Amino acid sequence: MAELKLEDIIKEENKVFSKTPLFTDKPLSYCPGCGHGVAHRLVLEVIEEMNITDNVIGVAPVGCSVLSYEFMNIDMAEAAHGRATAMATGIKRVYPEKFVFTYQGDGDLAAIGTGETIHTCNRGENIVIIFINNGIYGMTGGQMAPTTIPAMKTSTSPYGRDTQMMGNPLKMTELVAQLDGTCFVARHAVHTPVLVRKTKKAIRKAFEYQKAKKGTAFVEIVSNCNSGWKLTPLQSIKWLEDNMLPYYNLGTLKEDPLD
Amino acid sequence: MAKVRGAVVVNIDRCKGCELCTAVCPTNVLAMHEKVNVKGYHYSYMANPEACTGCMNCATVCPDTVITVYRVKEPS
Repeated sequence: MAELKLEDIIKEENKVFSKTPLFTDKPLSYCPGCGHGVAHRLVLEVIEEMNITDNVIGVAPVGCSVLSYEFMNIDMAEAAHGRATAMATGIKRVYPEKFVFTYQGDGDLAAIGTGETIHTCNRGENIVIIFINNGIYGMTGGQMAPTTIPAMKTSTSPYGRDTQMMGNPLKMTELVAQLDGTCFVARHAVHTPVLVRKTKKAIRKAFEYQKAKKGTAFVEIVSNCNSGWKLTPLQSIKWLEDNMLPYYNLGTLKEDPLD
Repeated sequence: MAKVRGAVVVNIDRCKGCELCTAVCPTNVLAMHEKVNVKGYHYSYMANPEACTGCMNCATVCPDTVITVYRVKEPS
């Protein structure tokens, strides 16, 4: 049998993976190697798989992902800084039959929006919160965030985060897992293929909980910020595995019965 | 046993050259090209196309979804 040529393999019927059509044609504005791109794709793929494209409303945050409404070809709204969950609450109450999700970074959800986030979770608003945690303020130039881990160097903690002076990191996921309003709380990551697939399952599950009207579903994604951490993308993945993951343990923290 | 052959197509001008795909490729198919694309990034390409199994690892971790994967079972 003759060797298969590349032209014989690259055919429409052999295609097993391609970009989801729910992405717009705009190139993503993120730095090379940033985890935001994968997180965007997973949310969109879940929406595509659940066939709820015309029935979903996303709320964009302020931060690196402020332009996520430009990349996601679905109905999106842009909230004031930190207020995405408050806005999502309003949208969900006006359109209870729509799927509503927020997509927020740590500067948005864990800093200026801590109050909104905790109270939304405590009220058990029937929405999905996707929380991207890279331990730094990426968009504004790598300042220290509430989620910056101890001894981590940022532009406003150049000698490392001193917890005596700068306080301890805020573990939002552990915090909201205690609240009665949340039904599904998990922490995942997107830097290896296995973890990406697990994260996608978790996001799918979060939307299933919303479908079953169980309460707030909260998925944290620990991600890298190679520009803010001043590393190459591959070095930042290594740094994430060595330093972020021991502090932010992956796994499902809370899972109410779905049926 | 039927051998599985794969191939990837990289959208060269959208690639940002982060090299994440080259690190997760189990058969070391992908490498960074010495040339640069319109944005000035070294882009990913199939340096060793015979070894590709179409496992989709590269496309799964690609932050910009520039990789399309094809897979076919080679008739034995």
